[in-house]
Parts: sequence; structure tokens; C-alpha cells
Amino acid sequence: MLIRLEPRAEASRAMVYQSPLIAVVLTLIAGMIMFRILGTDPLQAVHAFFIEPISTVQGLAELLIKATPLILIGVGLALGFQANIWNIGAEGQLTLGAIFGGIVALAFFDVESIFLLPAMLIAGIVGGMLWAAVPAFLKTRYNTNEILTSLMLVYVSFLLLSYLITGPLRDPDGFNFPESRLFHDSALLPIILEGTRLHLGFLVALLFAVLAWLMIVKHIIGFQIKVIGMAPAAASFAGFKEKKLVWLTLLISGGAAGLAGAIEVSGPIGQVIPVVSPGYGFTAIIVAFLGRLHPIGVVLAGILMALTYLGGDSAQITMNLPNAVTGVFQGMLLFFLLASDVLIRYRIKLGAPRVREVTQRQEGVT
Amino acid sequence: MIDFVVLALLTIITASTPLVFAAIGEIVVEKAGVLNLGVEGMMIVGAIGAFAVAVTTGDPTLAILAGAASGLVLAFIFGFLTLYLLSNQVATGLALTLFGIGFSALLGNGFVGQTYGGLPHLDIPILSDLPFVGQLIFGQDVLVYLSVFSALGVTWFLGRTRWGLAVRAVGENHDAAHSIGFSVTLIRMGAVLFGGAMAGLGGAYLSLAHTPLWVENMTAGRGWIALALVVFASWKPWRAFFGAYLFGGITIVQLHAQGFGVDVPSQILSMLPYLATIVVLVLISRDGSRARLNAPACLGRSFHASG
Repeated sequence: MLIRLEPRAEASRAMVYQSPLIAVVLTLIAGMIMFRILGTDPLQAVHAFFIEPISTVQGLAELLIKATPLILIGVGLALGFQANIWNIGAEGQLTLGAIFGGIVALAFFDVESIFLLPAMLIAGIVGGMLWAAVPAFLKTRYNTNEILTSLMLVYVSFLLLSYLITGPLRDPDGFNFPESRLFHDSALLPIILEGTRLHLGFLVALLFAVLAWLMIVKHIIGFQIKVIGMAPAAASFAGFKEKKLVWLTLLISGGAAGLAGAIEVSGPIGQVIPVVSPGYGFTAIIVAFLGRLHPIGVVLAGILMALTYLGGDSAQITMNLPNAVTGVFQGMLLFFLLASDVLIRYRIKLGAPRVREVTQRQEGVT
Repeated sequence: MIDFVVLALLTIITASTPLVFAAIGEIVVEKAGVLNLGVEGMMIVGAIGAFAVAVTTGDPTLAILAGAASGLVLAFIFGFLTLYLLSNQVATGLALTLFGIGFSALLGNGFVGQTYGGLPHLDIPILSDLPFVGQLIFGQDVLVYLSVFSALGVTWFLGRTRWGLAVRAVGENHDAAHSIGFSVTLIRMGAVLFGGAMAGLGGAYLSLAHTPLWVENMTAGRGWIALALVVFASWKPWRAFFGAYLFGGITIVQLHAQGFGVDVPSQILSMLPYLATIVVLVLISRDGSRARLNAPACLGRSFHASG
């Protein structure tokens, strides 16, 4: 018996949406096998990983807190990915956002003003945009690959944060611990659900997703992004400015990542610390693909991926499983997703091609 | 002074060897028309694979083989997805890196804090005791010699053998290569697996010789620097070899600058290799037409026999 792939006459719309579901199911199965190999009861582990963390209101609130940066960054990245512009340095742009937002909070440490928080968030956006402007400039001016430049800047941003937090931003009364002072209340995001840590940032992320969706559906820019991704030659014939779109998508995704960074320090963290993110900028890449590069899909995917973070923590506490299980789950999910995506353009056929099909295809060629 | 120069050169070799392995491996992959951005993931899994076997068995040969095999297994996942299921190579490469970092952390969970004695060094009675050159040329470990040999071997393979020609053919024009009877998919799979084993060796060198212990994320972007080196080297193995040594040199400047009393925070100095990568990429890609001329024409494009 032979399994082979046969091209579909046109891409299957249904598979675009079924493929993430197939991937989730396959990941769960593979995850249970992995738990078995790790020597735990698979069902119990899956319960600890996926059910337990969200069985309380606090748990659900934590889920949305973790989803906030993933949605913000994922929506931004999805715009670029649609145009084949690969910003994979969102983690660095997030770090810069946290640094810029943190500097504003610490510079106006004694100021109690309703303008402090907006100023921090704007500073975060500016920081992320500045960091993303480097690959944008190098790509448009010198044709330099944005994947490698944006990624190199991630490591630079980590070192920059490490330098600042052991020097200028360190808490003067902190016994030399590499941490900043705790922000005052006016530099902290308001809580939107009593009794939990859920903050305003989540609504900001939802708003951003809706705005991005409107831009894609209603604005000419959204159309240009899609055309450049699908048919670059057609886009240049139509006179779309590719350089403009490179700048735009990198600045939007960088700004969104910077905003996520500022929200992290002014929300759940409340100060500047040496590590501000458990890899949200990289996980958001998976979120963007899982959400089918569509803002609304990204919101759902962001919430699902947030669960893998909570699950990792929960499995570590209740089952004594290593926290790294989270990363494995995330990687597997993306593998299975990319594998199932083949069904969008191809269908699986068993057996050798029938003679008629082959001749038809040959006739089609000649 | 001589001692210091020898010491500096020795550290340059140590810092460069992982990059040599990863970059030379990726050159073969890209020459076959496949862009595997998962080098970082394959390296880190190679690092923990080699370290785990080294600590458990104490046998350096087995450890090195385990490193190569770990990278190979990850490369197989990538090859299966991109070559048989025709997934997007950029996205799959990123997935491989994300998965590799998570998977290595999971595997390495039980090995944190353990140490390994390091790889045995070559010791030829008179030669290795020679002043200056003795340690540098006759006193290295087996992986350093292997890295030099791999640059030689890959140059010879790509330029002088029938199969090397086949690899280049599927990378330049997969339809033409298919039509004269080459199996594009199999040749590409072979190249991808070779690249994975090489990245695994680079990782193995890190955890067995460079810093013989296991730390999460210990590759620290070296896989990505290796990818940049491939572009820098215009897909030529020897240029990649010297490029790797150039980067090794930058790393060492950074380490020794503080020894000479340069008053710059260590974090700022540690940025040097990453910033240098960006500068090098800009210099090499500034001339767009030349970069395109050197790149394999089918780089990053999926192949399906039905067209």
C-alpha cells in the first residue's frame, strides 16, 4: 500500500480551520505518551496540566494574564507573517518595552499622576518600535535578512536589561539584589476583576486584536499585506510599496511587543527584574500560526498557549514534573500544526495513481 | 607574552569549533535548497545528548556519537515535515528551535549541576611539547581536528564528487534535477540529516569541551550565528571556517578586554558577537545582486513531483 499526496484543485477553506484542531488532538495524544515515558499516569498528568489550572476563578484570571502578551505580540507578528516579513525578535522588542516602561516608572517614582501609566505604556511602544526599526532599516536599506538581525537583537536586549538592572535601575535600598524598586500604585495597571490579578492589559490586547482585524478587512493596507505575501510580483506591478510595508509591519509588531513588555512590568510583575518574560516573544510565533494569522484566531490561540504555561507550573507543583514540559508541548503543537497544514493544499490518497489521472495530468501540462 | 598568545589562540579555537560544525553542516543543507532555521535547536539537543551520555557512561566516543545522533533525530523531524509534508521551511525551522530548547531542558533536568572531565587531548610525545605550536596544533581534542577535516571534506564533496554535484543540482533547479532522474526528496533528506548531525556535533563540543557542564539554553544563539556565517561565507565551506574563527576571535577579545582593564561593563562587551553578526550581515547583503547570485536558486522552496 502506498500513501501519497495529491494536490487539491483549490486550497481547502475547511482544512484551514480544522488543521489547528487536529494539531491540538495529536499534541494531546503525543503528550500523554510523553507523560507515560516520564513515568507518570498520563490521565492524571493531563488533568494537572490542562484542567486543574483553570478550575478556579483565580486560575482563569491567570490564564488571561498570561494570554495578554501572547495576543498582543501574536496579532502583530501575524500581520508581518502574512506579508512574508519574519520578525522573530519579538522577545527583544518586549524586553525593550519593559525597559522603557520601567525607566519612566522609576524616573517619576514619586509622581502620583493619572498620566504616569499611559506614559509608561507609550514609552514601551516606543522602545519596541525602536528595536524593530533596526531590522526594518537594515532590510529596506541594505537588503539584510530580518530573521537574523531581529533575533541577534534579542540577545543584545537581554544583556542590556542585565546591565541596567545591575547598575542604573537597581533598587538603591535593595541590598545589591538585581531588581528595581517596586512601582507605586499609580504606575500599576488597575485590576478589572475583584479578588484576582487580572488587569486592564487584557482589554488592551483585545482592543488591539479588533483594530488589527479592522485594518486587515477594511483598510487598503491590509489588502496590500495579503497580496505581497501571496504574490509579490503582482504586488509590485500594482505599485504597492514593499519597503513601506516592511517598515509598517515591523513597527506595528515591534510596538505591540514593546507594549506587552510595558504591560508585564506595570501589571503582573510590578517592578523591573532581570527576566521579564518566559519566552512570550517566541511562543507568540506559534500563537500567530495556530491562530491562522487572523487576529480573532490569535486571541483564541493565545489563550490556549497561555494554558501551556499554567499547565507547566501546575504539573511541576502537583506532579513534580519538570517545568520544561511547557516548551516541549509548545514545540510539538507547532510541529503537528505545520504537518496538518499539508491537508489544506493536498489530500491523502492510498495506492498508486490511477492511469487515467496520470494521463489527464500530462494532457493538462501539454 | 608568548604564553598569553597561546592561551588566547587556544580559547579562540574552543570558541570557534562549535560554529564551524554548525555552519559547515548548514552549508550542505542550503546547497541542497533547504533552509533549516532549526540549527539552534539541533545544537542544544546535541549538547544535552552528548553530555548525558558522557556523564552516564564516561565514554567520550559514545558521547560524541550521541551528540551527532541527537541532532540527526531532530533534523529528521524537520526533513519529514518540510520534504514529505511540504510544510513551510521557515516556520518549521523556528518550530525545531523552539522544540529543541524545550526538549533539551526536559532531558537535561536531571543533569543540572553535574560536571564532566572534558574531552581527552591529543598527546604525541615530542610534538605536543613543542613550544608555541605544540599545544595549538598537536594538543587538541578529536572534535577540533574533526571540524577542520569537515571543512576539507565538504569542500571536496561539493566540488569534486558526483553526489556533491547532485546536491548542488537539486539546490539550484529541483525540477531539472528531478527530470534527469535524481530523487530530489531523498538527496535533500540526506543533506538535512548531515546538517543535523553536524549541528549536533557543534552542540556536543559545547557541552563536552567548551564548558563541560549542562546549562539550559547554553548554545546562547550560536546556531543563529552559524546561520549568519553561511550567508557571510557565500555558501563556501572554507570561508565559513575562517568566518567562524573570526567570530571566535571576537568572543575572546570580549573576554580579555576586561583583563586589560578596559572599563566597560561586561554585559556591553558580551553584546559584541551579536552586534558583529549584524554588521557582517549588512556588509555582505549590501550588494543585493551578489548575495542573490551566490545563494542556491531553489533555497527555501518546497518540491512536489506533481508540480
